[in-house]
Amino acid sequence: MTDALENLRQYLGAALGETLRNARMDRGELTVELSREGFLAACLRLRDDADCAFDLLVDVCGVDYVDYGDGLWEGPRFAVVYHLLSLKHRQRLRVRIFADDDLPIVPSVVDIWAAANWFEREAFDLYGILFDGHPDLRRILTDYGFVGYPFRKDFPLVGTVEMRYDADQGRVVYEPTRTEERVVVPRIIREEEEGRYNARN
Amino acid sequence: MPEINNFTMNFGPQHPSAHGVLRLVLELDGEVIERADPHIGLLHRATEKLAENKTYLQNLPYMDRLDYVSMLCNEHAYCLAVEKLLGVEVPVRAQYIRTLFDEITRVLNHLLWLGAYALDVGAMSVFLYCFREREDLMDVYEAVSGARMHAAYYRPGGVYRDLPAQMPLYQPSPYRNAKRLTELNGNRQGSMLDFIEDFTRRFPTYVDEYETLLTDNRIWKQRTVGIGVVGPERAIQLGFTGPMLRASGVAWDLRRTQPYAAYAELDFDIPVGKTGDCYDRYLVRVAEMRQSNQIIAQCVDWLRKNPGPVITDDFKVATPPREEMKTSMEALIHHFKLFSEGMAVPAGEVYAAVEAPKGEFGIYMISDGANKPYRMKIRAPGFPHLAAMDEMARGHMIADVVAILSTMDIVFGEIDR
Repeated sequence: MTDALENLRQYLGAALGETLRNARMDRGELTVELSREGFLAACLRLRDDADCAFDLLVDVCGVDYVDYGDGLWEGPRFAVVYHLLSLKHRQRLRVRIFADDDLPIVPSVVDIWAAANWFEREAFDLYGILFDGHPDLRRILTDYGFVGYPFRKDFPLVGTVEMRYDADQGRVVYEPTRTEERVVVPRIIREEEEGRYNARN
Repeated sequence: MPEINNFTMNFGPQHPSAHGVLRLVLELDGEVIERADPHIGLLHRATEKLAENKTYLQNLPYMDRLDYVSMLCNEHAYCLAVEKLLGVEVPVRAQYIRTLFDEITRVLNHLLWLGAYALDVGAMSVFLYCFREREDLMDVYEAVSGARMHAAYYRPGGVYRDLPAQMPLYQPSPYRNAKRLTELNGNRQGSMLDFIEDFTRRFPTYVDEYETLLTDNRIWKQRTVGIGVVGPERAIQLGFTGPMLRASGVAWDLRRTQPYAAYAELDFDIPVGKTGDCYDRYLVRVAEMRQSNQIIAQCVDWLRKNPGPVITDDFKVATPPREEMKTSMEALIHHFKLFSEGMAVPAGEVYAAVEAPKGEFGIYMISDGANKPYRMKIRAPGFPHLAAMDEMARGHMIADVVAILSTMDIVFGEIDR
């Protein structure tokens, strides 16, 4: 299994050329990072090339790396991660593409894998990542009229608004939330060599 | 004669056939669907965001509440992801227990699906029969974990505890007489495995009963044959997995193609459909119940013969045995650290998937070395299925919308997350 993926890694290195930024094997899984230039052509190749045949798009998700390792992250903030599956070769592949910090925008793969439609809407809804060429980029999971991108690391866990029924007005009203965020278990990264650790919320 | 325009109809969010909270906006030309636009997210609880703020162990019970009719399969995917990040080995007995309970969960899920589907299409009695059998399996859940639905029984590194030596009995009550009590406790005299074995012997007859009611039923066939047809290429393109993909004629089942737990050692078949319509999806699921029953029987047999540990002895991941904690200082420290700070998981990213009853349920987890996941994405099988609703319903009648929606086995706990 791992040998086959190692072969695939070699093969993709030659086939994708400049578009392939890097390809890493970790815990028996292959992750490739593609650049935005030539991304769609590379995806098409991944689907149609008989040696790749990644015909099933399993998942698309956004990632916000801003707090990664408590400030160790230096690359771009947003990424989109695609999980591909080849039914023919029984292999999986993870594809990552980074987006700009200010206006995160990546090409849409809806024309290559129809399954991407809702997954991309979800990444847009939760992270504010725009997908260029998506036919119907509406919010999908959040409420009608929701403001903000809830899964970004700077969005508070308790949210920004709360809803209650107002008897005077006879309708449901939205107000700024009064709930306070409470941390029961702090987030801790242990640095083993030094024997110390940094605690952060 | 006045000119009739297309009109828009709201289906749900409170509709008995919407399987929870789905708002489906239908554009109709007379009684024919022109466009179906599902509005989801009414049950959105941001489980993935919550997971980023909880330790690995605290996140586990949330998995039950995603797809709340196939609880342990969700936990299985989560545990596999954490185990892969940690690189811990799971004892063989724990793997067989997980296989056993995955299959019990599959039967539970398919029974609920079958009952609800028949009810949606108009056959009342199947629902009652299905719930009769679900009761026995829920009792098994309860016996092993203490909870009838949200078990929280799998843990990273194994399962919480070994199977009980005695199946719990019905207690005397003013509402049942002594004769009824003996009758109810008849197959509960031995261990839990005896009870499950008894169930596997009874179950094929029950499936025959459902099939008598439905498989050759004229009305059932009228409602399902040729409805919501998806071809194999299109099913792959739309990201279908599980019975939805297999009914379209693609033989893909993670239990066979990328085996996990103990599936590689077991003997079972993968039912595959031909036409990819609602009727085939029904047949595939019914055949899967029979196969699951076989797997359960094999697991029971193996578990009887092979005692052993059910959770890893790496105390950085799983708690030490309780007896040891009473005497050993180190064990007590491990226990305290695990339940206060939680386990530290090495940095990295993994994707782990299981063949849940509805399709491929996957967990993509990024860790930056902290005691909480940095990012967790739940890949719910129902999500791409429901996304295909528009395509599948187009050109069908309103009544078929219910049949198509139901055939996808939609549960909003996992779609909205």
